[in-house]
Amino acid sequence: MAADAENLMPSSEEVLGRAAAWQDSGKAVAIATVVNTWGSSPRPVGSQLAVSGAQEMIGSVSGGCIEGAVVAEAQEVIRSGAPRLLEFGVADEDAWAVGLACGGRIEVFVERLD
Amino acid sequence: MDRALIDRLAAAPAAHRGVVVATDLGSGERTWIENGSAAGPVTVDGAILAAAAAAQRDDKSQTVETGDGRRLFLHVFNPPLRLMVVGAVHIAQSLAPMAALAGYAVTVIDPRGSFATADRFPGINLTDDWPDEALAALKPDSRTAVVTLTHDPKLDDPALHSALRSGCFYVGSLGSRRTHASRVERLKQAGFDDPQIGRIHGPIGLDIGAKSPSEIALAIMAEITATLRRPQAAAA
Repeated sequence: MAADAENLMPSSEEVLGRAAAWQDSGKAVAIATVVNTWGSSPRPVGSQLAVSGAQEMIGSVSGGCIEGAVVAEAQEVIRSGAPRLLEFGVADEDAWAVGLACGGRIEVFVERLD
Repeated sequence: MDRALIDRLAAAPAAHRGVVVATDLGSGERTWIENGSAAGPVTVDGAILAAAAAAQRDDKSQTVETGDGRRLFLHVFNPPLRLMVVGAVHIAQSLAPMAALAGYAVTVIDPRGSFATADRFPGINLTDDWPDEALAALKPDSRTAVVTLTHDPKLDDPALHSALRSGCFYVGSLGSRRTHASRVERLKQAGFDDPQIGRIHGPIGLDIGAKSPSEIALAIMAEITATLRRPQAAAA
Protein backbone atom coordinates (compact mmCIF):
# COMPACT_ATOMS: atom_id res chain seq x y z
CA MET A 1 0.00 0.00 0.00
CA ALA A 2 1.15 3.49 -0.74
CA ALA A 3 0.29 4.47 2.83
CA ASP A 4 2.81 2.00 4.28
CA ALA A 5 5.50 4.19 5.80
CA GLU A 6 8.05 1.37 5.64
CA ASN A 7 7.74 1.39 1.87
CA LEU A 8 9.18 4.87 1.78
CA MET A 9 12.46 3.23 2.69
CA PRO A 10 13.76 0.56 0.36
CA SER A 11 14.04 -2.87 1.99
CA SER A 12 17.37 -4.60 2.57
CA GLU A 13 16.54 -6.78 -0.42
CA GLU A 14 16.16 -3.71 -2.63
CA VAL A 15 19.34 -2.12 -1.29
CA LEU A 16 21.38 -5.29 -1.82
CA GLY A 17 19.78 -5.83 -5.22
CA ARG A 18 20.86 -2.37 -6.34
CA ALA A 19 24.34 -2.95 -4.90
CA ALA A 20 24.60 -6.13 -6.95
CA ALA A 21 23.44 -4.27 -10.06
CA TRP A 22 26.09 -1.58 -9.52
CA GLN A 23 28.71 -4.26 -9.18
CA ASP A 24 27.47 -5.93 -12.37
CA SER A 25 27.95 -2.65 -14.20
CA GLY A 26 31.58 -2.55 -13.07
CA LYS A 27 31.29 -0.13 -10.15
CA ALA A 28 32.92 -0.61 -6.78
CA VAL A 29 30.37 -0.85 -3.96
CA ALA A 30 30.37 -0.57 -0.19
CA ILE A 31 27.53 -1.59 2.10
CA ALA A 32 26.80 0.06 5.45
CA THR A 33 24.61 -1.69 8.01
CA VAL A 34 23.22 -0.43 11.32
CA VAL A 35 24.40 -3.12 13.76
CA ASN A 36 23.58 -1.50 17.11
CA THR A 37 21.47 1.35 18.45
CA TRP A 38 21.15 2.97 21.87
CA GLY A 39 18.35 5.31 22.84
CA SER A 40 16.20 6.70 20.09
CA SER A 41 17.50 6.18 16.60
CA PRO A 42 15.83 6.98 13.32
CA ARG A 43 16.43 3.65 11.59
CA PRO A 44 16.25 0.18 13.14
CA VAL A 45 19.12 -2.28 13.50
CA GLY A 46 19.60 -4.07 10.19
CA SER A 47 18.92 -0.99 8.05
CA GLN A 48 21.32 -0.78 5.12
CA LEU A 49 22.83 1.80 2.82
CA ALA A 50 24.71 0.90 -0.34
CA VAL A 51 27.24 3.35 -1.79
CA SER A 52 28.91 3.10 -5.18
CA GLY A 53 32.38 4.29 -6.08
CA ALA A 54 30.56 6.85 -8.24
CA GLN A 55 28.96 8.29 -5.05
CA GLU A 56 25.50 6.91 -5.77
CA MET A 57 23.53 5.73 -2.78
CA ILE A 58 20.39 3.77 -1.96
CA GLY A 59 18.87 3.02 1.41
CA SER A 60 19.45 4.69 4.73
CA VAL A 61 21.19 4.19 8.08
CA SER A 62 19.71 7.28 9.74
CA GLY A 63 17.21 9.96 8.95
CA GLY A 64 19.90 11.61 6.84
CA CYS A 65 22.01 12.96 9.72
CA ILE A 66 25.05 10.75 9.21
CA GLU A 67 24.73 9.56 5.62
CA GLY A 68 27.30 12.07 4.40
CA ALA A 69 29.94 10.80 6.82
CA VAL A 70 29.10 7.17 5.99
CA VAL A 71 29.42 7.81 2.26
CA ALA A 72 32.86 9.35 2.83
CA GLU A 73 33.94 6.38 4.96
CA ALA A 74 32.55 4.02 2.33
CA GLN A 75 34.95 5.46 -0.25
CA GLU A 76 37.86 4.67 2.08
CA VAL A 77 36.55 1.15 2.62
CA ILE A 78 36.20 0.68 -1.15
CA ARG A 79 39.87 1.72 -1.56
CA SER A 80 41.31 -0.33 1.28
CA GLY A 81 38.97 -3.32 1.29
CA ALA A 82 39.12 -3.42 5.10
CA PRO A 83 35.77 -3.22 6.88
CA ARG A 84 35.19 -0.48 9.45
CA LEU A 85 32.94 -0.23 12.46
CA LEU A 86 31.75 3.36 12.98
CA GLU A 87 30.00 4.87 15.92
CA PHE A 88 27.86 7.98 15.84
CA GLY A 89 26.14 9.81 18.63
CA VAL A 90 25.44 13.12 20.24
CA ALA A 91 28.63 12.98 22.27
CA ASP A 92 30.59 12.54 19.11
CA GLU A 93 31.06 16.12 18.03
CA ASP A 94 34.85 16.12 17.57
CA ALA A 95 35.54 13.00 15.54
CA TRP A 96 32.84 13.39 12.94
CA ALA A 97 31.25 16.77 13.33
CA VAL A 98 28.01 14.97 12.68
CA GLY A 99 25.55 13.54 15.12
CA LEU A 100 22.05 12.33 15.60
CA ALA A 101 19.65 15.15 16.33
CA CYS A 102 17.38 12.70 18.15
CA GLY A 103 19.99 12.03 20.84
CA GLY A 104 20.59 8.40 20.02
CA ARG A 105 23.80 6.53 19.37
CA ILE A 106 24.34 4.01 16.58
CA GLU A 107 27.03 1.70 15.30
CA VAL A 108 27.41 1.24 11.56
CA PHE A 109 29.45 -1.53 9.93
CA VAL A 110 30.88 -0.56 6.54
CA GLU A 111 32.37 -3.14 4.19
CA ARG A 112 33.28 -3.53 0.56
CA LEU A 113 31.23 -5.76 -1.70
CA ASP A 114 33.67 -8.24 -3.23
CA MET B 1 30.77 -8.81 1.90
CA ASP B 2 30.84 -11.58 -0.60
CA ARG B 3 28.62 -11.09 -3.65
CA ALA B 4 27.47 -14.71 -3.44
CA LEU B 5 25.76 -13.83 -0.16
CA ILE B 6 23.49 -11.30 -1.87
CA ASP B 7 22.55 -13.81 -4.55
CA ARG B 8 21.83 -16.40 -1.89
CA LEU B 9 19.71 -13.97 0.14
CA ALA B 10 17.82 -12.97 -2.96
CA ALA B 11 16.81 -16.61 -3.38
CA ALA B 12 15.86 -17.11 0.27
CA PRO B 13 12.61 -15.09 0.50
CA ALA B 14 11.33 -16.76 -2.64
CA ALA B 15 11.73 -20.09 -0.91
CA HIS B 16 9.94 -18.64 2.16
CA ARG B 17 12.79 -19.52 4.45
CA GLY B 18 14.09 -17.51 7.34
CA VAL B 19 17.81 -16.92 7.52
CA VAL B 20 20.15 -15.28 10.01
CA VAL B 21 23.49 -14.05 8.69
CA ALA B 22 26.13 -13.73 11.42
CA THR B 23 28.88 -11.19 10.68
CA ASP B 24 32.06 -10.97 12.74
CA LEU B 25 32.37 -7.21 13.28
CA GLY B 26 36.14 -7.56 13.58
CA SER B 27 36.97 -9.53 10.47
CA GLY B 28 33.86 -9.02 8.34
CA GLU B 29 33.59 -12.79 7.88
CA ARG B 30 30.14 -14.34 7.73
CA THR B 31 28.28 -17.46 8.66
CA TRP B 32 24.88 -18.45 7.34
CA ILE B 33 22.47 -19.78 9.98
CA GLU B 34 19.38 -21.62 8.84
CA ASN B 35 17.17 -24.14 10.61
CA GLY B 36 19.45 -24.15 13.63
CA SER B 37 22.63 -25.06 11.79
CA ALA B 38 25.50 -22.80 10.82
CA ALA B 39 27.74 -22.83 7.75
CA GLY B 40 30.65 -20.46 7.22
CA PRO B 41 33.98 -19.23 8.58
CA VAL B 42 32.56 -17.54 11.71
CA THR B 43 32.48 -20.04 14.57
CA VAL B 44 29.17 -20.05 16.42
CA ASP B 45 28.36 -22.06 19.54
CA GLY B 46 25.04 -23.19 20.99
CA ALA B 47 24.47 -19.88 22.77
CA ILE B 48 24.84 -17.95 19.53
CA LEU B 49 22.56 -20.38 17.70
CA ALA B 50 19.96 -19.84 20.43
CA ALA B 51 20.38 -16.05 20.17
CA ALA B 52 19.97 -16.32 16.39
CA ALA B 53 16.77 -18.35 16.79
CA ALA B 54 15.39 -15.78 19.25
CA ALA B 55 16.36 -12.91 16.94
CA GLN B 56 14.61 -14.64 14.07
CA ARG B 57 11.46 -15.28 16.11
CA ASP B 58 11.38 -11.66 17.31
CA ASP B 59 12.24 -10.40 13.83
CA LYS B 60 14.95 -8.29 15.46
CA SER B 61 18.50 -8.09 14.13
CA GLN B 62 21.06 -7.49 16.88
CA THR B 63 24.72 -7.54 17.86
CA VAL B 64 25.79 -10.15 20.43
CA GLU B 65 29.06 -10.94 22.13
CA THR B 66 30.53 -14.44 22.02
CA GLY B 67 32.03 -16.24 25.00
CA ASP B 68 35.51 -15.56 23.60
CA GLY B 69 34.92 -11.83 23.22
CA ARG B 70 34.08 -11.47 19.53
CA ARG B 71 31.15 -9.29 18.50
CA LEU B 72 28.77 -10.83 16.01
CA PHE B 73 26.00 -9.03 14.17
CA LEU B 74 23.00 -11.31 13.72
CA HIS B 75 21.11 -10.01 10.70
CA VAL B 76 17.63 -11.50 10.40
CA PHE B 77 16.21 -12.02 6.94
CA ASN B 78 12.68 -13.29 7.46
CA PRO B 79 10.16 -13.95 4.72
CA PRO B 80 7.61 -11.14 4.49
CA LEU B 81 4.60 -11.20 6.80
CA ARG B 82 1.54 -12.19 4.81
CA LEU B 83 -2.18 -12.25 5.47
CA MET B 84 -4.58 -14.32 3.40
CA VAL B 85 -8.22 -13.34 3.87
CA VAL B 86 -10.97 -15.61 2.60
CA GLY B 87 -14.13 -13.61 1.97
CA ALA B 88 -14.13 -10.14 0.43
CA VAL B 89 -16.70 -8.95 2.99
CA HIS B 90 -17.01 -5.69 4.92
CA ILE B 91 -14.67 -6.82 7.69
CA ALA B 92 -12.09 -7.64 5.02
CA GLN B 93 -12.37 -4.12 3.62
CA SER B 94 -11.14 -2.80 6.97
CA LEU B 95 -8.80 -5.67 7.81
CA ALA B 96 -6.86 -5.58 4.52
CA PRO B 97 -5.64 -1.97 4.80
CA MET B 98 -5.00 -2.33 8.55
CA ALA B 99 -2.82 -5.37 7.93
CA ALA B 100 -1.04 -3.62 5.07
CA LEU B 101 -0.21 -0.73 7.42
CA ALA B 102 1.11 -3.23 9.96
CA GLY B 103 3.51 -4.53 7.30
CA TYR B 104 1.67 -7.52 5.88
CA ALA B 105 1.39 -8.38 2.21
CA VAL B 106 -2.36 -9.00 1.97
CA THR B 107 -4.26 -11.22 -0.44
CA VAL B 108 -8.06 -11.30 -0.42
CA ILE B 109 -9.58 -14.48 -1.79
CA ASP B 110 -13.20 -14.71 -2.94
CA PRO B 111 -14.46 -16.71 -5.90
CA ARG B 112 -17.74 -14.75 -5.91
CA GLY B 113 -16.81 -12.33 -8.67
CA SER B 114 -18.62 -9.23 -7.47
CA PHE B 115 -16.99 -9.26 -4.02
CA ALA B 116 -13.24 -9.09 -4.58
CA THR B 117 -13.09 -6.00 -6.76
CA ALA B 118 -10.38 -3.37 -6.98
CA ASP B 119 -13.03 -0.74 -6.18
CA ARG B 120 -13.67 -2.27 -2.79
CA PHE B 121 -10.01 -3.22 -2.13
CA PRO B 122 -7.78 -0.54 -3.62
CA GLY B 123 -4.14 -1.59 -3.71
CA ILE B 124 -4.77 -5.09 -2.30
CA ASN B 125 -3.95 -8.35 -4.11
CA LEU B 126 -7.18 -10.07 -5.10
CA THR B 127 -7.92 -13.53 -6.41
CA ASP B 128 -11.20 -15.16 -7.42
CA ASP B 129 -9.76 -18.67 -7.23
CA TRP B 130 -11.38 -21.16 -4.88
CA PRO B 131 -9.79 -20.79 -1.43
CA ASP B 132 -8.05 -24.18 -1.42
CA GLU B 133 -6.57 -23.52 -4.87
CA ALA B 134 -5.59 -19.98 -3.91
CA LEU B 135 -3.86 -21.16 -0.73
CA ALA B 136 -2.13 -23.99 -2.60
CA ALA B 137 -0.64 -21.37 -4.90
CA LEU B 138 0.24 -18.87 -2.14
CA LYS B 139 1.83 -21.51 0.13
CA PRO B 140 1.24 -20.15 3.66
CA ASP B 141 4.40 -20.33 5.80
CA SER B 142 5.42 -19.58 9.39
CA ARG B 143 5.09 -15.84 8.65
CA THR B 144 1.55 -16.14 7.28
CA ALA B 145 -1.84 -15.57 8.92
CA VAL B 146 -4.98 -17.05 7.36
CA VAL B 147 -8.42 -15.63 8.18
CA THR B 148 -11.78 -16.89 6.92
CA LEU B 149 -14.70 -14.48 7.00
CA THR B 150 -17.43 -15.85 4.72
CA HIS B 151 -19.48 -17.93 7.24
CA ASP B 152 -20.05 -20.21 4.25
CA PRO B 153 -18.67 -23.73 4.77
CA LYS B 154 -18.29 -24.14 1.01
CA LEU B 155 -15.70 -21.35 1.04
CA ASP B 156 -14.34 -21.36 4.60
CA ASP B 157 -13.82 -25.10 5.05
CA PRO B 158 -11.50 -25.73 2.09
CA ALA B 159 -9.42 -22.75 3.26
CA LEU B 160 -9.27 -24.12 6.80
CA HIS B 161 -8.20 -27.53 5.51
CA SER B 162 -5.31 -25.92 3.62
CA ALA B 163 -4.41 -23.60 6.49
CA LEU B 164 -4.35 -26.41 9.09
CA ARG B 165 -2.06 -28.47 6.88
CA SER B 166 0.30 -25.51 6.48
CA GLY B 167 2.80 -24.05 8.93
CA CYS B 168 0.99 -20.70 9.14
CA PHE B 169 1.32 -18.99 12.53
CA TYR B 170 -2.32 -17.92 12.82
CA VAL B 171 -5.65 -19.32 11.67
CA GLY B 172 -8.84 -17.47 12.54
CA SER B 173 -12.39 -18.12 11.48
CA LEU B 174 -15.33 -15.75 11.82
CA GLY B 175 -18.52 -17.10 13.36
CA SER B 176 -20.49 -17.38 16.59
CA ARG B 177 -19.72 -20.08 19.14
CA ARG B 178 -22.48 -22.18 17.59
CA THR B 179 -21.15 -21.71 14.08
CA HIS B 180 -17.71 -22.60 15.34
CA ALA B 181 -18.97 -25.74 17.10
CA SER B 182 -20.52 -27.06 13.88
CA ARG B 183 -17.34 -26.10 12.00
CA VAL B 184 -15.32 -28.14 14.51
CA GLU B 185 -17.63 -31.13 13.91
CA ARG B 186 -17.15 -30.90 10.13
CA LEU B 187 -13.38 -30.70 10.53
CA LYS B 188 -13.43 -33.80 12.77
CA GLN B 189 -15.46 -35.60 10.09
CA ALA B 190 -12.80 -34.54 7.61
CA GLY B 191 -10.16 -36.24 9.75
CA PHE B 192 -8.56 -33.35 11.65
CA ASP B 193 -7.70 -34.04 15.29
CA ASP B 194 -8.19 -31.81 18.34
CA PRO B 195 -4.70 -30.24 18.43
CA GLN B 196 -5.01 -29.32 14.75
CA ILE B 197 -8.50 -27.90 15.19
CA GLY B 198 -7.37 -26.14 18.36
CA ARG B 199 -5.11 -23.95 16.23
CA ILE B 200 -8.17 -22.14 14.91
CA HIS B 201 -9.02 -18.91 16.69
CA GLY B 202 -12.81 -18.98 16.86
CA PRO B 203 -14.71 -16.91 17.70
CA ILE B 204 -12.12 -14.78 15.97
CA GLY B 205 -10.37 -11.74 17.43
CA LEU B 206 -9.40 -10.44 20.85
CA ASP B 207 -12.37 -9.77 23.11
CA ILE B 208 -12.53 -5.97 22.97
CA GLY B 209 -16.30 -5.72 22.57
CA ALA B 210 -16.00 -5.06 18.85
CA LYS B 211 -19.31 -4.34 17.08
CA SER B 212 -18.76 -2.70 13.71
CA PRO B 213 -16.89 -4.40 10.85
CA SER B 214 -13.92 -2.10 11.41
CA GLU B 215 -13.83 -2.84 15.13
CA ILE B 216 -13.96 -6.57 14.42
CA ALA B 217 -11.09 -6.11 11.96
CA LEU B 218 -9.16 -4.34 14.73
CA ALA B 219 -9.84 -7.23 17.13
CA ILE B 220 -8.60 -9.71 14.51
CA MET B 221 -5.48 -7.66 13.76
CA ALA B 222 -4.75 -7.42 17.49
CA GLU B 223 -5.08 -11.19 17.87
CA ILE B 224 -2.83 -11.83 14.88
CA THR B 225 -0.24 -9.46 16.37
CA ALA B 226 -0.42 -11.11 19.80
CA THR B 227 0.00 -14.54 18.24
CA LEU B 228 3.00 -13.38 16.21
CA ARG B 229 4.77 -11.51 18.99
CA ARG B 230 3.77 -13.46 22.11
CA PRO B 231 2.93 -16.95 20.88
CA GLN B 232 2.87 -18.47 24.40
CA ALA B 233 0.57 -15.81 25.85
CA ALA B 234 -1.82 -16.00 22.90
CA ALA B 235 -2.12 -19.77 23.20
CA ALA B 236 -2.82 -19.60 26.96
